[in-house]
Amino acid sequence: MPADLSPAHTPVPADSDSPLITFDNVTKRFGSTTVLDDLCFSVRPGRHVTLIGPSGSGKTTILRLLMTLETPDSGTIQVNGDRLFPAAERERRQARKKIGMVFQQFNLFPNMSVLRNITEAPVRVLGLAPDEAEARAKELLDLVGLADRADAKPAQLSGGQQQRVAIARALAMRPQVLLLDEVTSALDPESVAGVLDVLRDIATTTDITMLCVTHEMNFARDISDEVMMFDSGKVIESGPPEKIFAAPEHERTREFLGAVL
Amino acid sequence: MTYSAGAAGSSWDWSAVWDFMPRFWDGVLVTLQVLALGSLISFSLGLVWALGLRAPSRLVRWPVTAVTEFIRTTPLLVQLFFLFFVLPEWGVKFSALTTGVLAIGLHYSTYTAQVYRAGIDAVPKGQWEAATALSLPVHRTWLAVILPQAVRRIVPALGNYVISMLKDTPLLAGISVLELLQQSRLEGASTFQYTEPLTVVGIAFILIAYPASLLVRALERRLAR
Repeated sequence: MPADLSPAHTPVPADSDSPLITFDNVTKRFGSTTVLDDLCFSVRPGRHVTLIGPSGSGKTTILRLLMTLETPDSGTIQVNGDRLFPAAERERRQARKKIGMVFQQFNLFPNMSVLRNITEAPVRVLGLAPDEAEARAKELLDLVGLADRADAKPAQLSGGQQQRVAIARALAMRPQVLLLDEVTSALDPESVAGVLDVLRDIATTTDITMLCVTHEMNFARDISDEVMMFDSGKVIESGPPEKIFAAPEHERTREFLGAVL
Repeated sequence: MTYSAGAAGSSWDWSAVWDFMPRFWDGVLVTLQVLALGSLISFSLGLVWALGLRAPSRLVRWPVTAVTEFIRTTPLLVQLFFLFFVLPEWGVKFSALTTGVLAIGLHYSTYTAQVYRAGIDAVPKGQWEAATALSLPVHRTWLAVILPQAVRRIVPALGNYVISMLKDTPLLAGISVLELLQQSRLEGASTFQYTEPLTVVGIAFILIAYPASLLVRALERRLAR
């Protein structure tokens, strides 16, 4: 039985023109460094957007702001019409439930089994019955190819396996938006392929909106329908991957791609 | 080689040891009671301090910091005397034993607070972030994610403080609590033989503290896995 990945919240039709994610004039500073400078951009539902650019250009900060792990200094961030910033804590919590995130370092809970890593939030946050959450967790483990490791502890898994569990854990909350923060950077080359296969699978079979920061240009080319090139806290160029990779307009993009490809 | 009793003042008299036994066991009981209750107070109050030290509001953080630093940096014996001699002047009267338990529990709570704080701080930031990303409520984040991971660092450190608390219980003799040291002193005062009771008490501390430290080490190894 294929895992049902449809979002728990009112889904927005994938062809809708109204943006799912909007950044309006968002500025974020760390000390005296301006990481995001009056940034405006939006992402339509169902899109798979890859953020590329030199390190320190603010890509990861965008994901962290969406996950409310950072607070912007000014500007508005919305998800599906609900405000993340500025917003009352209650409203922010509500908006945050539509977003899931997979981290570079997996961040699985080491004190819980693989299965409980996946069921904890659906039971405690979405209020699913434990057996319902477990059944769903097993479907998701099947989807990421780890159906037989439900009772293992994270430390007993390889990095690639842990990351696939982390993807299942994020999906268990039925997010509308999935944030992928350099999810293959901490993996050995062998594990990378397995994780990318899973993500490609999700990208092609679901209408989850994906925002990823990656240095895997092949992956970016493969799954994304939009690539945004960042530099110094601004989007300097964006478009379909074929165009960005084959014929970048901006000199800075050409330099960057020349260095990483 | 022969010794005449009392000549060198250092001969060992087994009968003095046997005579001390009733008092000794009473003392053991009181010492262990102080240790158990003192640990209980220091473990629970320490957790309250630790949460206070991490409170988002300065109105909580600053007073808690001031109070715990004050208690931690003043000697236990001074606190003991203060509670025993000064509190009654304000109309608060406890028995010597209760005062001793409260003083040692309060004093050590400022150390256990640091143990909890360090244990909690050692949980990687990514764990908090993952909990946020899953929208886990604050109490679930603490109970299901942070504390179970902090415990492996906290438990061995708490064990070490229990041992050190054990070694501080003789201070309670200063306010005439009938723990081990006070019992040996009373025994010596009535028989004029101090060597045997004091030696027995010293050995008793070794016999409790050393296995306890081995236990803590074993626990540490077990939790590290």
